[in-house]
Amino acid sequence: MTAARPRVALLDYGLGNVHSAAKALEAAGAEVSLTADRATVMEADGLVVPGVGSIAACMAGIQAIRGGELIGRRLAGTRPVLGICVGMQVLFSSGEEGGVHTDALDEWPGTVRRLRADILPHMGWAEVDAPEDSELFAGLHDERFYFVHSYAATEWHIDPHPRIRQPRVTWAEHGERFIAAVENGPLAATQFHPEKSGEAGIRLLTNWVRGL
Amino acid sequence: MLATRVIPCLDVAHGRVVKGVKFQGLTDQGDPVELAARYAEQGADELTFLDVKATVDDRGTMLDVVERCAEQIFIPLTVGGGVRERDDVARLLAHGADKVGVNSAAIADPSLIDRVVADFGSQVLVLSLDVRRSAEQPSGFEVTTHGGSRGAGLDAVAWAREGVARGVGELLVNSIDADGTKEGFDLELLRLVRAAATTPVIASGGAGEPAHFAPAVEAGADAVLAASIFHSGQCTIGEVKRAMADAGVTVR
Repeated sequence: MTAARPRVALLDYGLGNVHSAAKALEAAGAEVSLTADRATVMEADGLVVPGVGSIAACMAGIQAIRGGELIGRRLAGTRPVLGICVGMQVLFSSGEEGGVHTDALDEWPGTVRRLRADILPHMGWAEVDAPEDSELFAGLHDERFYFVHSYAATEWHIDPHPRIRQPRVTWAEHGERFIAAVENGPLAATQFHPEKSGEAGIRLLTNWVRGL
Repeated sequence: MLATRVIPCLDVAHGRVVKGVKFQGLTDQGDPVELAARYAEQGADELTFLDVKATVDDRGTMLDVVERCAEQIFIPLTVGGGVRERDDVARLLAHGADKVGVNSAAIADPSLIDRVVADFGSQVLVLSLDVRRSAEQPSGFEVTTHGGSRGAGLDAVAWAREGVARGVGELLVNSIDADGTKEGFDLELLRLVRAAATTPVIASGGAGEPAHFAPAVEAGADAVLAASIFHSGQCTIGEVKRAMADAGVTVR
């Protein structure tokens, strides 16, 4: 008998393209269900919040299924949550896109805004600068990951606290420095798409699934 | 810093790869997904499927190919060919395409770009330009339709600029003059589009040997797309990337 695969809920809030995320998580060792069912989301070993398009549209979709509350309740119980791309952006306080202000989930302080770069979207395979003790990037320090976005969080505001384990923040650069990934207790997120980052992406997801 | 993407393009008709692709050890030489997997193993940074016979009847076949590819191959997938309406884009995305290419339909009705961008974001939309040299246009380059056989009466650089202004996420610049010559990309065209565009630019048309790719990057391409040089078995993705790296281009 093999050990049971960790159960991962992939939050279903009406996004079209989640085939790759579901299959990549399966390749990383998880048993995946695409769901918005509250009990399933709460009971899963891990919750993945996908996201493409605009932060305003994603927030509207997430709130329509009371996803913010689900994420908050999971985190209160130290149950792992992973945000991907715009699913990471919604974890910050707010977004500014094309003159539209969106209040987001405010798990982390900071505003997601348009990158100051000559060429946008930032599209392609980029290197990241991950902390040595990162668990997500364990064994992956020389790899590139696939990004496609024009907006990002560019500042990390949480001051160190002696009694709280420091969040691990991974940076990348396109025109300016931005946050490529965060590991903060049960809450982790990547601005890039691990499910589109080939072998390196599957290994990163495997690192996350193993920790569930 | 981004690595320059190398993108093999597979022409697909009725769910099968057309134009002879030569690969040893494949059980099904005509299956786009099996070929895509092989290219991914070789280090392709993205994949492009071009539906060359897109008809309404055939639509389901391509969607099936896209879905199988998205479920097995974990690199970005662009699908083009026969995309006429916003709903065509919606269907391809729902079946697992990451980006969709539009060409003649956007020329006929540029507001198609606005509708797609509004609903799905810039990042899903690639504006594909089939371009030929023409003394009648200010830039010296004209957009064409019908595989390069008909002029669209549009200046290529002006059209690229309009596409970017309307919000496309990327420009695929295919030189009809260079296509099939195997004499290299049209560098002058690439320089002009690069200067006009603030989105990534994909160079296409004319690659005949590994040494042809680096000059396209120097001319401003963020990605390079080719078909026959890979399909003929003449060289692998890895060999092209090595040649690019030797010329000082950053590759993955």
